[in-house]
Amino acid sequence: MTTRTTRERKGLRLAQREAIWAYVFLAVPLAFFATIRFWPALQSFRLSLFTWHVDPARRQFIGFDYYQELLRNPVFHQALKNTLLYAAIVVPGSMLLGLLIALLLQNVGRGRSLYRAIYFAPYITPAVAVAWVWGWMYNYNFGIINTLLIEWWSFLERIGLERFAVEPQRFLTDPDKALYSVAAVIVWQQLGFQVVIFLAGLQGIPRVFYEAARIDGANAWHLFRHVTLPLLNPVIVFSVIITTIASLQLFDQIVNINFTDQGGPLNRTLSIAVYMYQEAFGRARMGYAAAVTVVLFLLILIVTLVQLRLTQRRVEY
Amino acid sequence: MRHSGMRFPGMRPIVRTLLVAAAFALATAQAQVAITYWQYDFATRIDAMNQLIEQFNAENPDVVVTQETFPYDAYQQRVAASLAAGEGPDVVQLFYGWVGPWQRAGYIEPLPKEHFADEWIQDYFIPMVESVNIGGDYYGLPTAVRALALFYNKDQFREVGLDPDSPPTTWDEFIEAAKMLTTQRGPRFERIGFGIAPNGQDHHLVRTVLMNQLGTPPYSDDNTEVLYGNEIGAEALAFYTSWQTEHEIGVAEFMPGNNGYREGFYTQENISMIIDGSFAIGAVRTNAQFDWGVAELPTFDNGVKANFGSFWMNGLTPNATADPAKLEAASRFIKFVTSEEAMQIWLDVVGELPAAKTMVADPELTADPVYGAFIAGLAYAEATQFVDEAGQRDAMVNAINRVLLEGVDPMTSILQAAAEDQALLDAANTQ
Repeated sequence: MTTRTTRERKGLRLAQREAIWAYVFLAVPLAFFATIRFWPALQSFRLSLFTWHVDPARRQFIGFDYYQELLRNPVFHQALKNTLLYAAIVVPGSMLLGLLIALLLQNVGRGRSLYRAIYFAPYITPAVAVAWVWGWMYNYNFGIINTLLIEWWSFLERIGLERFAVEPQRFLTDPDKALYSVAAVIVWQQLGFQVVIFLAGLQGIPRVFYEAARIDGANAWHLFRHVTLPLLNPVIVFSVIITTIASLQLFDQIVNINFTDQGGPLNRTLSIAVYMYQEAFGRARMGYAAAVTVVLFLLILIVTLVQLRLTQRRVEY
Repeated sequence: MRHSGMRFPGMRPIVRTLLVAAAFALATAQAQVAITYWQYDFATRIDAMNQLIEQFNAENPDVVVTQETFPYDAYQQRVAASLAAGEGPDVVQLFYGWVGPWQRAGYIEPLPKEHFADEWIQDYFIPMVESVNIGGDYYGLPTAVRALALFYNKDQFREVGLDPDSPPTTWDEFIEAAKMLTTQRGPRFERIGFGIAPNGQDHHLVRTVLMNQLGTPPYSDDNTEVLYGNEIGAEALAFYTSWQTEHEIGVAEFMPGNNGYREGFYTQENISMIIDGSFAIGAVRTNAQFDWGVAELPTFDNGVKANFGSFWMNGLTPNATADPAKLEAASRFIKFVTSEEAMQIWLDVVGELPAAKTMVADPELTADPVYGAFIAGLAYAEATQFVDEAGQRDAMVNAINRVLLEGVDPMTSILQAAAEDQALLDAANTQ
């Protein structure tokens, strides 16, 4: 009996020793991460409970006053609504289009890399540059989109089909259209990312499944729904979560596409991140802005957890 | 050799001299106070300040001032982040409208009365400086001030048959001229008579100029009450928005980009007139390839004149007030950059008007074809006391946009703006 126990103890010590080394190596980046990420986040929480002053001694504790102010503030409500709308448009929009294009590209033999590069190019273009150029393109008086619409209109007039004409649009100055115009730009940018990861995901599906399904008499739609989609699930889960987090934090494009009136006409393109920035640095209200950040954090956390819950069940390997 | 006592007398003379020189240099270096000055990135302002700093450092060997600048869009962030970390500037330049939020956040401290006596400030500077007096303390002093005026394209005036040397003096003349200058191309404008820019200076135009001209100051003297939530406010808003909705002499966001109305005027030449501050003179001078002029702001038929004045000022941060030696040096520096010589340098290099009463009355300045219009406006200009410039600006810009973009009637819109503005005043005044 003593021999067995000794052998057991020896085995445990080995595994433990290996585990200890793993913990040691992990501890270093964890400590760094904790200092750079967690500590400031906790400080943000703390900041949201005090009025802001550079001198910590002159900050006054006000508890949840800023949170109550948030809940009553119509500008925050608008920002929240806008942010959710951005996510609701950008996530399914870019993913569906991305998947569609990836499926099409799958059938392209030569030139696939070229197409992939073309679709990916907007994604690697700096958001600021994209926003400024689109701001110009959308401009009512000088933008190319409206110029083309007018050219189209005059052409239709000449052949007597004016009723098919589209009037020039106030893409960025019409409060009802501005958000969708900005969302379209973001979908365009995100598309490339979706195409690339879906292509990679599609290539990871073994051919045998398709062949087996075809033998069983499946058509293209069945193949897609019962083979492709379930096996793409890991990619879909990843993409949904990443894209949702990114669209809930939108800032660059919104601030730059309408630089003189950031947040759009009558706050209709304002996102929570931009609102937080304006409050923190435009109005020197760090405490209130910290409360906005905390709310954004909770929003992202809840949405991500819900998404993980909903999609985890259907992961198949 | 073993010596227990001093070996100094035994040293060679050359070594002794070097030691003494080193000690002297060290002593003076340690006695020098280092002051850091911050302002935003703008070529002529940096240039002017460098000249002033060089002169100050030469005249005050016990102080060494260095300048650091940041892009305008990142400026407030930098100040906030660095001061919170206990670093950053000792003397900081800020827009007067930021004084409320900055004072509440502790970024700037009151100017010490032993160096800046109230009577001296009130005697020397033009009355605009009262707008940065909070609770009896002044929070900064300006080198230069600005007022608004009407910039107009003389070549285009000639083109449509208007006299380039008789710019409009009344709002009716202004609208008539703008109508003649506006050209359309299909459903869009090719050139607009006036560069409507609610987010530029136009919200000041509505709040401080039009309202005063029509009979009400925007805020009460003690800055506790909003006074434009009534028919007069509605009339001012209705008048301004009619330029776009009824007379069609312009449209907001005509030119895209950052304050595109300026570019439209001086580079693209598709905007004939703009209302802008004297700070635009430099840019217009450099860029305009046409004959341009400046005129005092038009008035209504009642002849009441009004103008909006503003300024950037030099304030003290907690970094300066924490240390008595720094405080004294920084105060000396602020006194220097607000002296008449400094104001003259600023006028020559940057083109902004001096803030001292004596200099503003200079007949040469009044007669100048460009500065004259601004000096004239300065005489009756009001620097609206803001408690939160960003928030109050938003209230007015949204009021304008509600009428222009959503067709809300001016009375409803101005009442909403007045309510939002009042809430801001209340929040600031209860702190």
